[in-house]
Amino acid sequence: MKAVVVVFPGSNCDTDCFNVLKDVLKVPVEFVWHKEGSLPDCDLVVLPGGFSYGDYLRTGAIARFSPVMQAVKRHADSGRLVFGICNGFQILLEAGLLPGAMLRNRSLQFICKPVTLRVETVKTVFTQKLKEGAVLEIPIAHGEGNYYCDEDTYQRLEDNDRVVFRYCSQEGALGEEFNPNGSRGHIAGIVNERRNVLGMMPHPERASERVLSMTDGLGIWQSLAGVS
Amino acid sequence: MTYKATVNVTLKKSVLDPQGKTVLHALEAMGLNQATDVRVGKYFELKLDAAGEKEAGDHVRTMCDRLLINPVIEDYTYKLEKL
Repeated sequence: MKAVVVVFPGSNCDTDCFNVLKDVLKVPVEFVWHKEGSLPDCDLVVLPGGFSYGDYLRTGAIARFSPVMQAVKRHADSGRLVFGICNGFQILLEAGLLPGAMLRNRSLQFICKPVTLRVETVKTVFTQKLKEGAVLEIPIAHGEGNYYCDEDTYQRLEDNDRVVFRYCSQEGALGEEFNPNGSRGHIAGIVNERRNVLGMMPHPERASERVLSMTDGLGIWQSLAGVS
Repeated sequence: MTYKATVNVTLKKSVLDPQGKTVLHALEAMGLNQATDVRVGKYFELKLDAAGEKEAGDHVRTMCDRLLINPVIEDYTYKLEKL
């Protein structure tokens, strides 16, 4: 496994992702500035959280046109892995690498707190070491994480087992009271049709070390660490 | 020729608008009960050069489709004015 973390102007979770990959998983990793037109040879590209371009126009809308995104698209098209977290997920939506769009949170508030997620499928490289139905505690930190897609798209996500994480209670039950932002179908994370591009709003990089008091995100990174 | 384009962006009818709903509730709380629905949108003003109105319209539509709006959740209308 070799990994790359892309840095956009306004990324602020890039170092956290780098730290988990390098110091916790002991995986070779390097930063790539968004102006680069190509990527070094790698298996995994992480698009980290943050506020790329100040979230101007729409979240992720400007970052999508960064030169590096052409290379990220080629990387995804070749079947290798792309992992977008929070703003990274928003960029993948704007770039069309994942379907749907983000709306303002139902409450209109920026929400920064730990939430519980249910693992909906382990049939992805990103979740292969997790247990289906397991409940993970991982923090969210976003103002626009209210996932929206039309009925046909939602049906396709369901039918093809592409919903990877759903917001849930601590016991794993679904309900509007456990959905922090109003996302359609309680969606917290989805994969593309080929299952090599994952976007999720919660931040596993903030929940992967004991010193951070939460470790439920580690299983996702460990699922990825063995890939070559 | 120089044109001014004004672009109005609204959320699609099928998309819930949490911001509009909150504004509606605020109006009701103020005793202004006349509004029955509020949708919050976006507005762009662009100045552009083009040979004629048709070309200007083509440019505006391309800009909207490629960057200014997200067709998954938004609709738009535009008007052109010769400056």
